[in-house]
Amino acid sequence: MEIAEVKAASPVKEKKTRSMKVGKRIERISTYALLVILSTVFIFPFLWLIGTSLKPENEAMTFPPTLIPKVWDFANYKDVFTLVSFGKYYLNSIIVSFFVVLGTVLSSTIVAYGFARIKGKGRNFWFVILLGTMMLPPQVTMIPVYMIFSKLGWINTFLPLIVPSFFGSAYFIFLLRQFFKTIPKELEESAYLDGCGTFGIFWRIVLPLSVPSVITVALLSFMWTWNDFLYPLIYLNDDAKYTLALGILQFKGALLIEWGPMMAASVLIILPLIILFFVGQKYFVQGIATTGGKG
Amino acid sequence: MGFVKKKLFVYLAGKAGRQMNKSRTFLFYMFILPWLIGFFIFTAGPMIYSLYMSFTDFSGLGAANWVGLENYKKLFTGDPLFWQSLWNTIFYTIFGVPLGLVVGYMLAVLLNANVKFMGVFRTIFYLPSLVPTVASSLLWIIIFQPDFGIANAILDFFHLPTSNWLLSEEMVKPSLIIMSLWGAGGGMVIYLAGLQSVPASLYEAAELDGAGRFKKFWHITIPMTSNVIFFNLIMGLIGSFQIFTQAYVVSSGNGGPNYKSLFYVFYLYQDAFKFFKMGYASALAWILFIIILIFTLIQFKVFGKKVYYEYDE
Repeated sequence: MEIAEVKAASPVKEKKTRSMKVGKRIERISTYALLVILSTVFIFPFLWLIGTSLKPENEAMTFPPTLIPKVWDFANYKDVFTLVSFGKYYLNSIIVSFFVVLGTVLSSTIVAYGFARIKGKGRNFWFVILLGTMMLPPQVTMIPVYMIFSKLGWINTFLPLIVPSFFGSAYFIFLLRQFFKTIPKELEESAYLDGCGTFGIFWRIVLPLSVPSVITVALLSFMWTWNDFLYPLIYLNDDAKYTLALGILQFKGALLIEWGPMMAASVLIILPLIILFFVGQKYFVQGIATTGGKG
Repeated sequence: MGFVKKKLFVYLAGKAGRQMNKSRTFLFYMFILPWLIGFFIFTAGPMIYSLYMSFTDFSGLGAANWVGLENYKKLFTGDPLFWQSLWNTIFYTIFGVPLGLVVGYMLAVLLNANVKFMGVFRTIFYLPSLVPTVASSLLWIIIFQPDFGIANAILDFFHLPTSNWLLSEEMVKPSLIIMSLWGAGGGMVIYLAGLQSVPASLYEAAELDGAGRFKKFWHITIPMTSNVIFFNLIMGLIGSFQIFTQAYVVSSGNGGPNYKSLFYVFYLYQDAFKFFKMGYASALAWILFIIILIFTLIQFKVFGKKVYYEYDE
């Protein structure tokens, strides 16, 4: 649907020959018209989400549906916490995300600095391996890794979700290395001549200069952990240990779906991400653009 | 000031010579140690073990008996669900990835036209890609609900035939593709960065030669951003081949209706963690690995190595 609209706009541009100015103006207006239509399409599901979360149950199941609830009912938001232990899931997600972010930032910055700046023997070889692991589908290692954690007795704990992050994440190592390489070498060389060791240079000079990129990594890894579904599904089987992504499915029984509370719960899951996005917007965009765009 | 110090540094570095190289190598490995250990424990070791398991009848408990190529033979010749899940995945990928690419690229091109409120529009298009897959799947279940969902209400309003969407064998995959298009703004951000790095002088030169908008788009914009497009295409293919969460949520974990949303990784998950056919699932994993390896090799072949990284000096 969107594509058809984009195509439909192009004949407008042919009129350019008649009058440059009129053509430019029409082009401008049609661009805005398209943007407004597309924005409406993209934003509509959000409105639907919020609308449904505020509808009482009988209104959520009427046809034709109402976009703006006739009756504003905040009971769904209360039910979220009484129907299932949503508060517990929230806390679990926060605990897991906190430690994953901590582990990812600590390990990935150190490893990335090694790859960016220390010309040891075999560096290029290991860097190619690192990039290779980014392409590796996690399903290939999923079963043996599950067996390892199972042997350790870590099933139904947060450890399988948290511990691997302390060994660095290839994607973030790559991202940070790209950032570190943009820092002028002269700074580090001066520090070296002033008697600073390599780790000191990394800790006292490079890291403080890389705060924006570290924030980017922290935000992205938080987001991915918060959203993660497959690993909690495999490792957590006790209701009290569920993270949000797993816990919210409690509202969707095989026969009965609690529409209103389910949407209210969705709003509550999305909310921290939206807030973080607005607080750290430039870091998000920067992080995504750096790894995707440049190389 | 930096110049003198740099000279001195180079001099010192040269003098220290070979010994320096050795200690530098040691330092390098100290720095990458966390990743190196993780690589052996969580990647290299499990890969070898998983390859071995794919030749056994391992069930997660007890002993693994060597069965040779039995698992692979059964996959290709005696397992309709393998082919069904592979076909589902290929269908989703063939239609979903190019569509997502086109939508994301078009959004980026529109935003790159120097519009006012660009930040606002960009945010609107990008936000859906932030929504956790579980949450967006639940939302779309409501939108696609046959009896009181808004999708059918809109179709009904225009007197168009309605659909059972996620509950229909024919429509479940197209419905999942529509869901994925809502998140196309994630790719848009990457394209936008690519578009903004195209030098304006190219467009100016083309304008002097009398090139119209379409010609500029076709001969400058697309070629100059082909790297980004190709990168997104391959990453999209790899990601699409691993689709799992959406399908799991909308089908309540069974891949229905009639296995039409049972995607490859979904089937792998079921075999491993529901039916405890760990050996069989390992064989599935290795076939997936080979498929994705082929995508990756194509990418390297077409692009050369410099797309992702550059060796320095």
